[in-house]
Amino acid sequence: MAEAQLIPLLPAEEWARRERRRRSPSPELWDLLDEVMDPEIPVISLYELGVLQDVQRHGEAVTLVFTPTYIGCPALGIMEEDARAALAAAGHHEVKVETRLAPAWTTAWLTPEARRKMTEYGVAAPEGRVITCPQCGSHSTQTISEFGSTACKALFRCDDCLEPFDVFKAL
Amino acid sequence: MTPDDPIARYALRLGDDALIMGHRLSEWMSRAPFLEEDIALSNVALDFIGRARLFYQYAAQRVGGDTTEDTFAYSRDVRDFTNLLLCELPRGDFAFTICRQFLYDAFALPFTEALSGSSDPQLAAIGSKAVKESRYHLRRSKDWMLRLGDGTEESHQRCQRALDDLWLYTAEMFQSDPLLDDLIARGIAVDTPALHEAWLATVSETLATATLSVPDTDVEVVGGRDGIHTDDLGFLLAELQFMQRAYPGLQW
Repeated sequence: MAEAQLIPLLPAEEWARRERRRRSPSPELWDLLDEVMDPEIPVISLYELGVLQDVQRHGEAVTLVFTPTYIGCPALGIMEEDARAALAAAGHHEVKVETRLAPAWTTAWLTPEARRKMTEYGVAAPEGRVITCPQCGSHSTQTISEFGSTACKALFRCDDCLEPFDVFKAL
Repeated sequence: MTPDDPIARYALRLGDDALIMGHRLSEWMSRAPFLEEDIALSNVALDFIGRARLFYQYAAQRVGGDTTEDTFAYSRDVRDFTNLLLCELPRGDFAFTICRQFLYDAFALPFTEALSGSSDPQLAAIGSKAVKESRYHLRRSKDWMLRLGDGTEESHQRCQRALDDLWLYTAEMFQSDPLLDDLIARGIAVDTPALHEAWLATVSETLATATLSVPDTDVEVVGGRDGIHTDDLGFLLAELQFMQRAYPGLQW
């Protein structure tokens, strides 16, 4: 029983993405891109966020496949620039970024690790109906606004420590 | 400027709806009743403008040549735009903006759901991405309808007035025309006339809960899909397109 509980339940697309990385002939490129963080939550990499879907190398050329979180997210352009800069610093100058819309991005792809880092950073991770205050851990919280500082976040307030905080919205 | 390819023309319609709606919402920046609402309206505006970009990019890809998403947004004149009139009406007071949003969101949710089943893979992908945002938008605008309709006497009155004004423009969402009929038959376009009943049910239910009445009128104002617009669209485009008109090809 204890063994069975260790089996992680992954969405099929997320499993496929991890397999792409595991089987990739260019693991060094994936590792390199682990350094590229989300511009709004700079403790989570584009890979952990689920935006970086694939990395392919054809000779000198590198193709990145991104799945956007929100269609109108202004950070997407920055993500692309940052990924290009990281690759360029390692000598990869011929980089193409493709956008893949389907399957649509979902917060279900966030790893437990990413959720932990996000919460430590002060942004509550999407965990179903109960929103936990990232400051004091209280479950007694309330919505202030469905939209926080960015499209992907909502604004909440803790009833115990009274601090307002961002929540990464479940999508 | 209007492409011959029917799928590109369809994508342009959808892109125009999204761009014009997004622009109207963006006009609330720094003018909303309070800060959180200011941010919320701007975020919804971003969702719509992002959606417009995807539709325009797809249309540009189908048209080919030098055409880009910017060509459609910045270089077309009023008569080339084929958005719904509902999207271009001036933002009015807060009640008007919320009522417009609610009437449109109640349409957009079943629309994007259906679009995600389009036989055109790119339209289907855009639909499946947009549907999640539309669900969120509708939840928000419904919530506001309840607060305004069942709020104070003034908020109720303003909301009812806005609904009465907007109602004439809702028929256009479900209107049929030859381009649409052809694309529906091919499984590409959403069968919008078929969405009317479900839309009316959603809208009637929320309005009843919000103590508002469904306007009683048979008047229908249409024309947007044929490029026949209200005066207001010209003023909107004058602002939206000014920089590219004054400095063609300008880059930030």
